[in-house]
Parts: sequence; structure tokens; C-alpha cells
Amino acid sequence: MFQVIGVESISDLLKSIPLKYQLKKELDLPDPVSELELQREFEEYADRNAGADKICFLGAGAYDHFIPAAVDHILLRSEFYTAYTPYQAEVSQGTLQAVFEYQSMIARLTGMEAANASMYDGASAAAEACLMAMRATRKQRILIAGSLNPRWADVVRTYLKRTDFEINEIPFLEDGTLDLLIAAKLIEDGTAAVLVQYPNYFGLIEDLQPLAELIHEHKGLLIVAADPVALPLLRSPGDAGADIVIGEGQSMGIPLSYGGPYIGFMATRKKFVRKMPGRIIGRTTDRADQEGYVLTLQTREQHIRREKATSNICSNQALMALANTVYLSLMGETGFREVSNQCFQKSHHLQQKLLEIPGVSSVFADTPFFREFAVSFPVSSLEIFDRLMEKGFLAGLPIVELGEGVMLITVTEKRTKEEMDLYVKSVSEICGGNGR
Amino acid sequence: MKTIFEMSSPGRIGYSLPPIDVPASASIPPNLERGGKVNLPEVTESQVMRHFVNLSSLNYHVDKGMYPLGSCTMKYNPKHFENLARLPGLSGIHPLVPETMAAGTLTIMHKLAGFFCEITGFEGATLQPAAGAQGEFCGLMLIKSYLESIGEKHRNEVLMPDSAHGTNPATSTLADCVIIGVKSNEFGEVDPDDLRAKAGPNTAAFMLTNPNTLGLFESRIEELTSIVHEAGGLNYMDGANMNALLGVARPGDMGFDVCHLNLHKTFATPHGGGGPGAGPVTCTAELAQFLPEPVVIQNKDGSFSLSKKQNSFGRLLAFYGNVGVLYKAFAYIRTLGSAGLREVTENALINANYLKARLEEYFDIPFNNGPCMHEFVLSGDRQAEKGVKTLDMAKRLLDYGFHAPTVYFPLIVHEAMMIEPTETEGLEDLDAFAEAMISISRECDEKPYLVTDAPVNTPVLRLDEVQAVKELCIVEPLDEEVQ
Repeated sequence: MFQVIGVESISDLLKSIPLKYQLKKELDLPDPVSELELQREFEEYADRNAGADKICFLGAGAYDHFIPAAVDHILLRSEFYTAYTPYQAEVSQGTLQAVFEYQSMIARLTGMEAANASMYDGASAAAEACLMAMRATRKQRILIAGSLNPRWADVVRTYLKRTDFEINEIPFLEDGTLDLLIAAKLIEDGTAAVLVQYPNYFGLIEDLQPLAELIHEHKGLLIVAADPVALPLLRSPGDAGADIVIGEGQSMGIPLSYGGPYIGFMATRKKFVRKMPGRIIGRTTDRADQEGYVLTLQTREQHIRREKATSNICSNQALMALANTVYLSLMGETGFREVSNQCFQKSHHLQQKLLEIPGVSSVFADTPFFREFAVSFPVSSLEIFDRLMEKGFLAGLPIVELGEGVMLITVTEKRTKEEMDLYVKSVSEICGGNGR
Repeated sequence: MKTIFEMSSPGRIGYSLPPIDVPASASIPPNLERGGKVNLPEVTESQVMRHFVNLSSLNYHVDKGMYPLGSCTMKYNPKHFENLARLPGLSGIHPLVPETMAAGTLTIMHKLAGFFCEITGFEGATLQPAAGAQGEFCGLMLIKSYLESIGEKHRNEVLMPDSAHGTNPATSTLADCVIIGVKSNEFGEVDPDDLRAKAGPNTAAFMLTNPNTLGLFESRIEELTSIVHEAGGLNYMDGANMNALLGVARPGDMGFDVCHLNLHKTFATPHGGGGPGAGPVTCTAELAQFLPEPVVIQNKDGSFSLSKKQNSFGRLLAFYGNVGVLYKAFAYIRTLGSAGLREVTENALINANYLKARLEEYFDIPFNNGPCMHEFVLSGDRQAEKGVKTLDMAKRLLDYGFHAPTVYFPLIVHEAMMIEPTETEGLEDLDAFAEAMISISRECDEKPYLVTDAPVNTPVLRLDEVQAVKELCIVEPLDEEVQ
């Protein structure tokens, strides 16, 4: 090969790198290992993740749902996972049509008319939605709900750390719902959008319509961060007046994997499609008039529009979109509703049983909730967490900011009555044994 | 192909769940309840499998053949890495468990951050960015935070060459900066005089891909990074082309202050049809204090924690990054070690130069003043004279069973075709690709219609992108299913 190239050695190919910058030492990296050794090494790492085989009542933005085996069989097809972004549409119809179906499912779930091909995760999708709202309204002020996942709020603040933007927060009332009186004062003609989570960080469901009406009166947009698993049961954000709906898609066929890769979805109304960030797949026809799919509206994107693009996003989470699509196809209309209903019923069952324990109270009165709820224990929630850990449980997320005994507890369809009974029994022993 | 919705028939199910084992007595208040169906498909598991397997067969992919997309580094993705990332102990761990319960993952993350620092010659790292573009945003936020901390908040200009990837200008806008273009010189490298003229009291950063998008190492790199430093700005390296530098040269040694890596390019993690990728960022100790939260630190007792840097600029994702992707990059570095990584780069360079040598008789190669690095850019100008565009040749390559190169980029080359074979193609594959290109160049002379009509051996023929925009259809219409 050197002969064809016309050089004598590799150093001839490296000569454009100034000698001064050619690395003269070996990189300080561990010695290489074989496939078998690497497998053993990884098994050790996996073993040290003591939190992996626990019974999970922990949620707060990442959820332990059942994933049918068929999902991963599809994800492991080289045809999907070793392909690139579908720039050459004629040889990428598999990815393109799958993502078109994904967009369709997201639009249907959220009650919107359009969706994009995915964002990095729910939090960054929320940030991009705020930027999109500012472009669409040409206004600079964003209001975020105080009941938004605090990590998501951090991401929104990071993306909007700009001289021309302003973020304020709408506080929530004692029952966990937004303070609409304060919202009415904060929303004014300069407000680009209100960002609200549905159900909120504490699992609480509130009526979006009054907020939609408030913000629409001032020609701003309502951005809803929706939990897709709740949507088969809940009034769709689109129906309630949302203009942009974003959310985290991890719950739909994607493993917990310590926080990623997950997927952010984004849906909107037709009139805002051209303001949307990210890739969008569209249906068209070929020269023989056969149906096919292409990346469309690319003039919004960085590779064409450069500094005037709607976002800098390039790689997204395409394979995770495929996971969502296969999952939703398998679960289908009835299965996904069943998942949703089991989460709803089981979380209510556990809440009820816990509230029967003397000293345990609901943090947000009887506000309706989905899958996730906050209770206050008469003992430290950190102690409850540790004690339940001994029984193999991840008991929830202690939120000491709301009170020493407060725990945010999640119940997915995977949890059984037996597990919940044991949870209740353990809490009861801990609280009872605490000298009250 | 029919969509999954068109296959739907009421009553079909593709799942099985245990029956609910608690009293189902709770109900949603009527004003919060969903009015109707979601309209998800109703199909069986075997229908789902057939549908997606049939769809998959319409894709081109690395396991099928060569994928010479310039700057995308479509190398082979080792199969056992997929299994490793799927070990239940690694894939089944909730991101909010106490750190002691995620010790295995945190160990990997901590070691991996160290590997990236060593490979790039830097002191600080974050694994959080989900893709290269988010890494760029992270890098600019680090630079802005640093400038603000030394009372230079007003600096808002980002200098970049006209050959930059589209994400660079788009990221600069996102980071609330103004873009100042810098010209390339007759060698296809950044013109130091133009850079000098444009660097000044408002310069925040200089963003440079090195080797650049022509596949050329910026030979005057020392001068370039010094100009920017002297003007009070910082240097950002877009690491998209890091496959040309592994074990050979390090951004941290060349005057860069921060860079990102694309794990889905250089470190063999799969592209997934467009993601998930990962875009870790490494930087100088000076910038490290501003890294996004959280970062993995090792405690005195050897355990690991997630910690927030005191001056952190914020957070990019809800959690810690595309951890499942990070596992595979870690596996890659463990598999290759120092010598192996250097060999990757050497073979990538040899493969690219071999292809360039085989093609230079048949195609124009602008800026061809010697060896290239890991990729090179052809111009279709000669063929354009026959009425055949680069796009046509790209489509014709599909007929020959290859993926097309990156086309019409970089913008400074007419009818550009950017070719990056990567190190994982063997001599036979390179020769077959060269033969296909040469054959296409002959077709341009002799039977140009074969090229302009291409592709014809693909699942669909050339698709109408204008129609896709005009008659926008981006979701399956609901009507026919509602009844």
C-alpha cells in the first residue's frame, strides 16, 4: 500500500504534523485485554453495582418498566444499529419509516399534529422547547413551574443562560398544584411560554386548561413536559391547549442504564413545525411514484442553515426512537393502556396502605396523582431508605427539602402486591418501633 | 411498505402482562381523563417482528459494507461490546441510587474520563454531553464561564474557518455568540493572517477541527493557537476527526484549551441510525472548575462520588450522559490499549491515502499537496462538465453496493465528495470501492444517463425531497383508522 501511495513508511504520512507535536511517548493506558478477559472485567463492574437487582420504587425521572424481549431483538439488528443518520434515503428506508412511525405515535399520544425524530433526553428537549417558543413568539421571557423536575429546570437554565433571556418560576400551592393567581400576575405580554410538567415532579395531575387560557390570552405558548405512560389515561396535552409537548421516552422500552441513553420527544402544532429543532422525517414518492421517506424541512438544520439553524442538534437518539416504536407497537392500544392503568392503580394501592400507618401522611393532600406520590413518614426518609435497602428495596427518593420524612415513591406495573405488602409491613415496623 | 398502523386490526395484541393483583378502585377525575383512544396499532408480536425485520432489510449499514462517509468515521462496531453494555448489572441500574450502589458504573466512568484526558492531553473531563454538538455547547459554555470569571464577559465572538461543520456556527448561536468567519489559504488550511486580523478584544474562542474537514492537519497550528491566546481568547478543538490523531498527537499539546470527542466516531460505538452518540469534553485544569454537574470523583477511601464543581456552569442532561454508550467506548480502549489506538490511526491514514492515490487520476483533488490524514475530499468538477453532478455519483455508488461519501461538504470545495474509509476496511474493500468510483467516472464519460438516473438497484428510486416539503406529511393521518 505504501508503494501505491508513494511513501516509504507511516512517518511520511504523519509529516504534516509538526515534529514538536508528534507524540513521543506511549499513551498511559492499561494493557489491552482479550474479549474473554474484558467480559470478566465487565462482569466484575456489573457485580459492584449493588443497586441493580433491587426492587425499585425509585422514579423521579427514570422508571423501572417492563420491556418485552422483542424490543432488544430489533435493536440488536446490525441493519439498524450500525447504520448512520439516513442521509442517503434510498438505502435508509428502514430507519426512515421506523422514525416516521415513531413521530406518528408521539403525535397521537400527546394529541398534537407533528413530532420530530427525537432529542437527547426529556430535560434537553424542555430546554429546546423554550428556545423554540422564543423563536415562534419573538419574546424572551420564560416561566417554569416550580413543580418541574429540578434537574430539568437546571438544564433549562443552563441552555437559557443568555443575556437576552429571562426565566422566572411559578410557585406551587400546598396541594402541589400551581398557584394560578401568581401565574396570572407573572404572565404578561412579554412571556414567550410557560413550561409545566404533567403529571408534575411529585406525580400530581392538574388541569392544564386554565394555564393554557392564561398564556394564550397573552399570545404566549404552553409547553407541557408530559409523562408518556400517563397519557393513555389522561386528557392529552394537545386537547388541553398545549402548543409544544416534550417529554422523556425512557419509560417506553428503554433500560435504566444509569441515566442514559434515553430519549427526548417533541411534538407541536402544524403551524410551529418550521420552528422545531431536530430532524424530521417526511413521506414522499420516488421517480416511479412509489411511496418513500426522507429527512425533510432540512433548511431548519445546522448542516444547511449553520448559525441561523433552529438548533445545533445533529446526532439524536434514533435507536432509542426505534425502541419506543417497537415497544409501543408490541404493547399497542390495549397494552399501553394496561401499563398505564396498572401504574395508576398500584400506586394508589400502596399510597392508601401507607397512609393507614399511624403517623404517615400525604404531602400534597388528596391531589390526584399518577404512578408517583409523596408521603411524609414520622421518621427520616433517609432512614426508611436504608432500612428498606436491607430488604432489597429501593424505597423511593427522599426529598428532605420538603421535610425530613418526605419520600417520593414510584410504583410501576412491575411491582407486585407481595412487594407492596412487604414495603408497608417494613415501614410499619420501623415507624412503630421508633417509640412513638 | 405498509406502516405498522396499516397492519392494525382491533383485538390483536402483542404483549402479555400479569393481571393486576390489587383492587382497581382508583379513578381519574373526569376533567383530567382522556377522551378517546390513543390510536396505537393493534398487532401481534410476530407481526411486529416481521414488520421491523423487513424494514431493517431496507437499510444500508456497516455490517453490510463500506460506509465511506467523510468526518463520520463509520468503523466496525465490535459485537461483544453490545453484550457488555447489556449486562443486567450495568443496564438495570437506576441513576438515582446512592453512589455506593453504583460503584461499578462509577468506576468505569472515572477511568474513562482519565483515558480521555490522557488521549487528548488535558486535565479535566465530563462524560455528560449526549453528542458532538452538545459537547461543542459544553465547550463554549466552559470558555464563556472562564472569560466571565476573569472579567472578560463582553467577549462574544467565535472565530471559525469557512470549512467548519455546520454544528460549529449553530452551537455558537446557541451559546449566545457571534460568528466571525476566517478564510482558508491556498493550501486548504486556516490563513494565519486572516485569523490575526480578526482576533481581537471581543474574541471568545477559535473553533477548529483538526485535521480539518479537507483531511489536512493544520501545519501552522502553533501559530494559530498562539494568535488566539495573544488576543485573549481560547482555542476549541472539534474532535470530529480525532481518528487521525490517536496516540499520534494530542490537542492539549497544541495550544487547545478544550475539545470534544465523538465516541460514535472515533471510539467505535454504533451510530444507531443517527444516535445515541456521546460527546465527552476534555479541557485544561483552568477550565475544569466550570464543568457541568455532576462529575465523578474518587474519594480518599477509593470510593467514587458524583460531585458538583464549585463554579459549574450548570447541567446538560437530566442525568450523567449516554452511559450505555460510554460502556462501549471504555471497552474499546481496554481492548486496544495504547499501541492499538495508535495502530487505529496509522491504518486509517494508510487506508485514506491509498484510496486517494488510487483515485487521483480520475477525479480532481483540490489542495492535494501531499499525504492526507484520515480522509480526503474529491471534487466532481471534471464530471460536472459532462452534466453529472456529485449527487448523481453518490446515488450511483449505492447501485454498486456502497454507501455514498459525504457530499457537498466542506463548502469550500465545488461538488465535494469527502471520503473516509476508516481503519476497519481491508485492502479488498478499498480496491472494490476504488474500482466502483473509477467505473462511475467512466460512465460519466460514456453513459452519463446511468449515473443521472441512479440509483436503480435500491429499495426505492430517487425520492422527491421538494414534494416532501411542499406536501408535508410527517405523521400517519388518523382518518382511516378512526372508523
